[in-house]
Amino acid sequence: MSAQRRAFLGAIAATAIGAALSVRSQPAERVIPVRAYKFSYDPDAIVVKLNEPVILELTSSDVPMGFNAPDFAVRATIIPGQTSRVRLVPNKTGTFVFHCDVFCGDGHEDMDGTIEVVP
Amino acid sequence: MKTIDRREFLTLAGLGGVVLVGGACFGRAAAAADADADEFYFVQLSDPHWGFEGPAQNPDATGTLQKAIAAVNALKEPPDFIVFTGDLTHTTEDGKVRRKRMDEVRAIIGELKVKDVRFMPGEHDASLDHGKAFGEFFGRTHYTFDHKGVHFITLDNVSDPTAAIGGDQLAWLAADIERQSADARIVVFTHRPLFDLYPQWDWATADGAKAIEILQRRENVTVFYGHIHQEHHHVTGHIEHHAARGLMFALPAPGSQLKRTPVAWDPAQPYKGLGFREVEAEARPVKYGITELPVVPA
Repeated sequence: MSAQRRAFLGAIAATAIGAALSVRSQPAERVIPVRAYKFSYDPDAIVVKLNEPVILELTSSDVPMGFNAPDFAVRATIIPGQTSRVRLVPNKTGTFVFHCDVFCGDGHEDMDGTIEVVP
Repeated sequence: MKTIDRREFLTLAGLGGVVLVGGACFGRAAAAADADADEFYFVQLSDPHWGFEGPAQNPDATGTLQKAIAAVNALKEPPDFIVFTGDLTHTTEDGKVRRKRMDEVRAIIGELKVKDVRFMPGEHDASLDHGKAFGEFFGRTHYTFDHKGVHFITLDNVSDPTAAIGGDQLAWLAADIERQSADARIVVFTHRPLFDLYPQWDWATADGAKAIEILQRRENVTVFYGHIHQEHHHVTGHIEHHAARGLMFALPAPGSQLKRTPVAWDPAQPYKGLGFREVEAEARPVKYGITELPVVPA
């Protein structure tokens, strides 16, 4: 192996190690468990920081539900016994509504919550 | 001498708000007699929500629909037909109660003098049992019919609890549209808006864009819908979409507040925000004159 090629491979390896260290050094995204049940969410008020992505871990206690936050183009169907995970990128400040978009019963239309994005 | 047509009379008499859509000219006084042969009007009622209880929104929950029926029966000229664009009943998880409400509302609607009445479900009627009870009382949830040169299509975007029309019905729609001439006069009745009016409040159809893409293949398509309990007009491409007021409680303007809380009853202005509409279909040019009427005449 030529010295030039050894140097090239060494640089690649160093870059790869650097990248791996970089990934390991990034803080893990915050996971927010959200439980859906007739006819609310727990929590029904979610506070997140601007530009700090979070993972919403969605479960349902009783019947199939939906989670829809159109302002962030995030939606999921939540099946009882399963966990749905969606990534939410809070790219604007303010208070935004999310709601159930799978018609689930008498109180379906009141089943919603808020996402507050703070600076 | 200039004669005035029915809609002009309504306007001059101040009986209701009039919206002219789909054409540039007003009135048809000079229209030829043969053109009149294809002109008619129908009445759209929507969202009576029979079974709803909420005195703060409507203390006359068990009497409002009957007042609207009486108002329709009192129209000087009877409409050719009447259409209910969904949410005949308020939702309940009890199948027996659901059927009782449907039986009751069907009996009240049976008091209409005009017997050609068309139905479609809203999500309150159909989303919890995929339209089963609705079908038992009111028949099919999507279908077509023709009347005096207009092809009517009723689309079901509520029997699927995810607010989708679904692939089968979209294929059925595409096949039906394919059979219509390029300039066919087409009117679509549906419950939810086909476009994304305000998805934050669930005012949308999950696959409504696919339906609109199919409907865009024809020149003269107009959509009348309910669901949002207020008059609203919107255009996508060359298709006009007109939402009707409800008959139980009013809802706020899209996005006007954080949540979709119903509008409170105003004792100083009872039945404010509730009503029904007449739609006058004209053939040449193709247009629809909409007259909004109150539940209780002023």
